[in-house]
Amino acid sequence: METLLQALAFAGGHNTRMVALGCAAFGLAAGALGCFVLLRGRALIADAAAHATLPGLCIAFILAAWLGGNPRSLPLLLAGAATTAAIGVLAAGAMVRGGRLRDDAAMALVVSLGFGIGVALLSVVQSLPVGGQAGLSSFILGQAAGMGQADALLIGGLALLALLAVAVLFRPLAVLCFDPEFAAVSGLPVRRLDLVLMALMLAVTVAGLRAIGLILVVALMVVPAATARLLTDRLPVMVPLAALLGAFAAWFGAGLSAAIPALPTGATIALVACGGFALALLFAPARGVIAFTLRQRRLRRELLAELR
Amino acid sequence: MTPPALELRGLSVAYREAVVLRRASWTAPVHGLAAIVGPNGAGKSTMLKAALGLVPLLAGEARFFGQPLAAVRRRVGYLPQRASVDWDFPATALQVAAMGRYPRAGWFRPLPRAEREHARAALAEVGLADLADRQIGQLSGGQQQRVFLARALALEAELYLMDEPFAGVDAATERAIVEVLRRLARQGRTVVAVHHDLATVAEYFNHVCLLNGEVVAAGPVATTFTPEHLARAYGGRLPLLDRQVLQPRPVLQAAVPA
Repeated sequence: METLLQALAFAGGHNTRMVALGCAAFGLAAGALGCFVLLRGRALIADAAAHATLPGLCIAFILAAWLGGNPRSLPLLLAGAATTAAIGVLAAGAMVRGGRLRDDAAMALVVSLGFGIGVALLSVVQSLPVGGQAGLSSFILGQAAGMGQADALLIGGLALLALLAVAVLFRPLAVLCFDPEFAAVSGLPVRRLDLVLMALMLAVTVAGLRAIGLILVVALMVVPAATARLLTDRLPVMVPLAALLGAFAAWFGAGLSAAIPALPTGATIALVACGGFALALLFAPARGVIAFTLRQRRLRRELLAELR
Repeated sequence: MTPPALELRGLSVAYREAVVLRRASWTAPVHGLAAIVGPNGAGKSTMLKAALGLVPLLAGEARFFGQPLAAVRRRVGYLPQRASVDWDFPATALQVAAMGRYPRAGWFRPLPRAEREHARAALAEVGLADLADRQIGQLSGGQQQRVFLARALALEAELYLMDEPFAGVDAATERAIVEVLRRLARQGRTVVAVHHDLATVAEYFNHVCLLNGEVVAAGPVATTFTPEHLARAYGGRLPLLDRQVLQPRPVLQAAVPA
């Protein structure tokens, strides 16, 4: 208990504090951007992109080992991850636009191909003499423990840049998500805006890889946004609310897993976020299950009284 | 001579393999209400979207006020089909109407108070002043259609392209929308609307473009909206084709003074 409080209070030393702050910054960006990802119907693509990071991670690792660089350098690994994820997303988009596949099938294809190639490459990495792909497997399920201060700064910086972009592009993104045709006629560069949204999604995804892991990183883009949607009908409220929920889940989950080493970081963070969603689902003032049931019951009573 | 608000020159569009619009050439009248009419699949919505650059063109071009759209965007407003968006979107009626002010006020700063009041006035113009702060998903279909109309009005355009503005609305809403369109015409603006109710064409519009994959006929309603042209546009598949359709109904006309 004491270690938990320590971890949550950032009292575990400078390094722990930096890691917790990095995670919180990631959660902030993921929650805010997630609203637009969700409203633009891009949640599946975000998940596909996350899975398509694995080949890039492995290729970057192999190349670095081969060329005599540091295969565990986080910027290098994240650059590799972003590259294959972008290729996967663009390929899926091209297949859907060409009318060859429906988008859900295209996403499944990207997940299968990306993760399949990634896992195959992982065994190549394992056979390398560089010693231990230990670093890489932590990108799958996420592990905040062992992160350095430089890593935390990189992740936090990436996340804050994405957050800034969301703030600047708030109105164009809102109109794009609500009515892309109107946006286009109003002179917004819809194609480019969609690309920017995708680039931001990739930035946030790779920022979350180290701590959350590629399997669950999409959780922090989708769950806080969905939770916030239950709590408000207004986008200007929903986005900051989702950001705060995401930051809280990332910070609390990371702290929890730091205090109880048996808990994997990614799963803990995702479960904290889901816990928030469950609470909102039950107790949200207008859209929650309880409010809905009470309203139904009251309406029925009123109707019965009228009929009597 | 002032150039026409909208001039289509040989617009051709294909989806996948099928050509849906073949060399459509048409000039919208200046300051008037024009209907684009034709059977399902005639390419009515496609013609609007092609003119606005929303679907890729196979051939042809659209000129707005004698210029390409990019040069005169502020003067052109678009009202998409209501069903084309998700009304569960987290926005209020006022926030949607305010989207019509962004092109003028700028996309990168909060809407100034005067601009927001402008959007509120547009909502009042379509009779939704009381529902400004209602979430759009809680509005009826007719109210949603009027929110779209308010957003279009907030644009203060000179030419409006409207895709089925009367689709799925009740009689009261239809009258309210017609009122707004007539007001726009009186102010010297041009409205081009995709319309599917043949019974009201002559009553609501003064110009008509009959479409069936290509332009069958276009011109003033009095001379163009004839049984011969309609038969050609609908290929004889028109059970409603009788004199009633072609004459304005006097009762309704009295109810809606021009």
